[in-house]
Order: sequence, then structure tokens, then C-alpha cells
Amino acid sequence: MSLVDALTEPTERSRDDTPISERGPAPVHIVVAFGFWLFLLSDIVLFSALFAAYAVLSGQTAGGPIGPQLFDRTNVLIETGCLLLSSFTCGLCTLSIEARNRLATYISAAVTFALGVAFLAFELTEFGRMVAQGAGPTRSAFLSAFFTLVGTHGLHVAFGLGWLIVMMAQVATLGFRPMVVRRLLCFCLFWHALDIVWIGVFTIVYLGAH
Amino acid sequence: MATPEDTSQDKAPGGAQRGRNGVLMYLAGLFFAVVLTLASFWAADAQSVWQPGIPVLLAALAIGQMGVHVVFFFHISSGPGDTNNFLALAFGIFVVGLVVFGSMLIMSNLNANMLPMDRLMEMQR
Repeated sequence: MSLVDALTEPTERSRDDTPISERGPAPVHIVVAFGFWLFLLSDIVLFSALFAAYAVLSGQTAGGPIGPQLFDRTNVLIETGCLLLSSFTCGLCTLSIEARNRLATYISAAVTFALGVAFLAFELTEFGRMVAQGAGPTRSAFLSAFFTLVGTHGLHVAFGLGWLIVMMAQVATLGFRPMVVRRLLCFCLFWHALDIVWIGVFTIVYLGAH
Repeated sequence: MATPEDTSQDKAPGGAQRGRNGVLMYLAGLFFAVVLTLASFWAADAQSVWQPGIPVLLAALAIGQMGVHVVFFFHISSGPGDTNNFLALAFGIFVVGLVVFGSMLIMSNLNANMLPMDRLMEMQR
């Protein structure tokens, strides 16, 4: 038994038993997806700093309104439903792209877009209502941290919606060429990551408010 | 002809789920996520749960739902083709934990050791 055989488990050998040292670089779509995965993780690290700031400042209301007086659970549940369903339709979009099915891609992307817009509409309505009540980001450290955290997530969603429009234009004009497919799959990963961040937001900000 | 795909065992995050199996994967993810979300909203003001335990329950439900998303939507596993993705994820979780719990620990320690405001005013006079 050679050293390579001893170090490499059978499951790590490819079909034609090429040693790992001779396999060459990974294909482009693997490298791109891995790089984008690293970006998403660093984006989540950015959110972790905002979460930490919120956790530290959530009690510093400076005599202003506290969380339970401002938050509407039903509203948050609808927002959560919108984002979760859009993550699901985005998954269907991934499958349509892999099947190179243009019509299914357009339909699933349109539903994803509509749900994303609905989410943003509910969030902006909530922000507007809070600012009108005099609970804007300048009222207390708690509200500054709240608007920074939830607003950054909302900005990500808005950016994602713009990206989705650009990607649909690219599918319409360029078709499913490898470059466009790679970008589409990166978009789908980005959208799923936003849903993961939202789990943290609704648990810590809205349900954890006391 | 050997294409690059033939010689690589690496998998891309979110990729390689085709056909009916893929739809089932996303449907299962949606089902688990909905159940965990509703459980979180129920647990937040449940009267039948020991009250001091609710934050821990909420945290467990949230971490469970994040796990569901990673497995069913990102298709990250601990399998051999996913080693790079999985290690990156582990490092990401490590940094997130360091930032969040480190900040909370340091800030609560500073807060506990801070002079009361009236004493601070006295010293500045």
C-alpha cells in the first residue's frame, strides 16, 4: 500500500482514481461558489457585530419606549412568512436554473421578487410608524441599534431585489451561459443567507424583547 | 476527454440537487422551518413554559432553524466533498460566537465595574 493510498480514504478518490495531487484545480463553478460562500460568511460576521451592539444596547432606552411597546408580533410573523416562502421559491429557482428551464426560472424569480417586495413593504411601514411615534433612531441607543441592525438587513434585501432584476435581464439577453448560471446560483445563496440572518433578527429583536 | 468535473470531488454550496429529489429537499426544509418558526412565536409568550427557560428555548429553536436552512437550502453536509465549505462554516460560526459573546461579556464586565454616575461627577469637580 502506497503512502497516498494510506492517506486518502476510498471515498475521497474520484471515479478514475486520480491521486489528489494530480487532479488539478477545481472547476470554475466550484471555486466561484466557494468564494461566494466565504463572502456570505463574512457578511454574517458583519451582522454578528450589529447583533452584539444590539444585545449590549437593547436595555439603554434613555426613558424612551421599550421594545414590547413598539413591536407588533403579527406584523413580524407575516414578514417572516414572506421571507421564508421567498427562500423556498428561490430554491425552486435554483432547480429551474439547473434544469435550464427559462419559463420556470422567470416564474419562480417573479414570486421570489414579489415576496421580497412584500417583506420590505411591511418593514418600511413598521419603520414609518415607529418614526411617526417619535421612536426614530435618534431617540435612544436601543433604537439606534435596532434601526442599524434591522435596517442593514432590509438594505441587503433591497440590494438582492435589484440583483434579481439584473439577473433576469441577463437570462433574457444572454441566456443560460455558464457565467450567467454561476451568478444566478450566487444570488440564490445570497437570498438564503438573508433568511438565516432574519432568523436571528426575529428571535433576538422581536421575540426576545422584554 | 476528462473534464475538470470528472477529477474533482468538491461540491458547491447550494448546488447538485436535481429533479424531484431537489424539490423534496426544499419542501422538507420549508416544512421544518415553518414548524420551528411557529414554535418560536408560540414559545415567546407561552404561559405553560417555565418563564426563565424561554430565552434558552428561543435560542435552541433559532439555532435549529438555522441548521435546517444550512442543510436543506445550502445543502452543506459533513460529507467528503463538502470539507472546504464545512470548515469555512465552522470558522464563521467561531468568529460570530467570539464577536457576540465576547462583546456581551466585556460590556457587562465594564458596566459592572463602572463608577456610579454621582461618584463620577464628584471626581470631575
